[in-house]
Amino acid sequence: MRVTERMAQGLDAPICLTWELTYGCNLACVHCLSSSGKRDPRELTTSQLFAVVDELAAMQVFYVNIGGGEPTLRPDFWELLDYCVASKVGVKFSTNGSRITPAIAQRLAATDYVDVQISIDGADAPTNDAIRGPGSFGTATAAMQHLHAAGFKDFKVSVVVTRDNVEQLDDFLALTRRYAAQLRLTRLRPSGRGADVWDALHVTADQQRTLYRWLLDHPDVLTGDSFFHLSALGEPLPGLNLCGAGRVVCLIDPVGDVYACPFVLHEQFKAGNVREPGGFTSVWRESSLFTELRQPDSAGACASCGSYDACRGGCMAAKFFTGLPLDGPDPECVLGHGEAALLRASARPDTGPGHSRRGPILVTLSRRPSAEAVG
Amino acid sequence: MARYVLHPQVGLREEKFGALAYHYGNRRLTFLNDDRLVAVVRTGGDHDDIEGAFDAAGVPAAQRPAFLVVLERLRAAEVVTCE
Repeated sequence: MRVTERMAQGLDAPICLTWELTYGCNLACVHCLSSSGKRDPRELTTSQLFAVVDELAAMQVFYVNIGGGEPTLRPDFWELLDYCVASKVGVKFSTNGSRITPAIAQRLAATDYVDVQISIDGADAPTNDAIRGPGSFGTATAAMQHLHAAGFKDFKVSVVVTRDNVEQLDDFLALTRRYAAQLRLTRLRPSGRGADVWDALHVTADQQRTLYRWLLDHPDVLTGDSFFHLSALGEPLPGLNLCGAGRVVCLIDPVGDVYACPFVLHEQFKAGNVREPGGFTSVWRESSLFTELRQPDSAGACASCGSYDACRGGCMAAKFFTGLPLDGPDPECVLGHGEAALLRASARPDTGPGHSRRGPILVTLSRRPSAEAVG
Repeated sequence: MARYVLHPQVGLREEKFGALAYHYGNRRLTFLNDDRLVAVVRTGGDHDDIEGAFDAAGVPAAQRPAFLVVLERLRAAEVVTCE
């Protein structure tokens, strides 16, 4: 049996665990997966965070991807970082850069086991700030400059690929190299507030083909296995090329709820809570949701498609939040089956305002005039 | 005769398919998909040379050249060191 098939049946502990520490954020990005903004009074306390780290260390989880919200807004963030390092649980944390001062950058550069990921969504201020808010590009690049000046090598610069920034892939790479950092590209998901902007911002079919070729030409660019649905275009992209939800991946949210992956913060994909007896370990190993996700996939409507082995039907979260059946094509199926399916899709699940600071966020997206016919 | 020892910055976690090896320095994850290979990597430092590790893990003589190729790849990936 191939390693990927064994992995699809689940592991004793996750490989890739995302841990969102807070719903608080000083930005209000239009595509935020967790609809962050305000802190939640039920967020885990410092001692509860430490108890989770103890479990992760015992399970030999090598590292966690910490995010939020903006995780550095938690007053105990640096204390938690030290505790993870002391427990031999490596940390990569995602930040908008607002708290990465020169002094913090030096401290981070001096710590083994810690990696930093700065998020931007445009290679210039206008493109980025349309998504992430005014001033956010300057804040992020200042943080990159501080890390670079402190000698931090190979920190990550993470970009969600959209219709508006997909033309800037070479610019992102150049920017990243200026700071001796590594570029990471991920897919726009219709999750959280991303549901509100997905129709307008997800890449077009032509752009997907360009992106696929660019990724093949740049195997050193990280993707977190984000784009395995593109593998149906030909040669598979580097990576496991499988949906890892509940199998190799999961997410712990700020209140301790455990979800199958970072893109499905919805009741239907909640496996349990780290505060329950048995903690995270028993949620990972015994929850009925994760047990079910580790059963062999049904190809469903994709069974007759010759490319199913390449794309495995795509992303569960992208299907769920666009109202598509989970055993059918991805909404961005490169063979066009998604577009047809979307015409017959059910009502999209309501994700509510989440922890957004105010109701629906009104953002004027700077859109290029489109040549596509409408209606 | 040389021996291969788990790199000091690498953590090894056994799984049903073999093991995961994670390098805390370069942050690379490597999959070891054979239980005997995992045993050789895990216990390499307990033996005087690689042949001793092969004997203990039950690797047949005919397969040892192939195992050595894989171990060299693991050395290049800094999962093991050669001493």
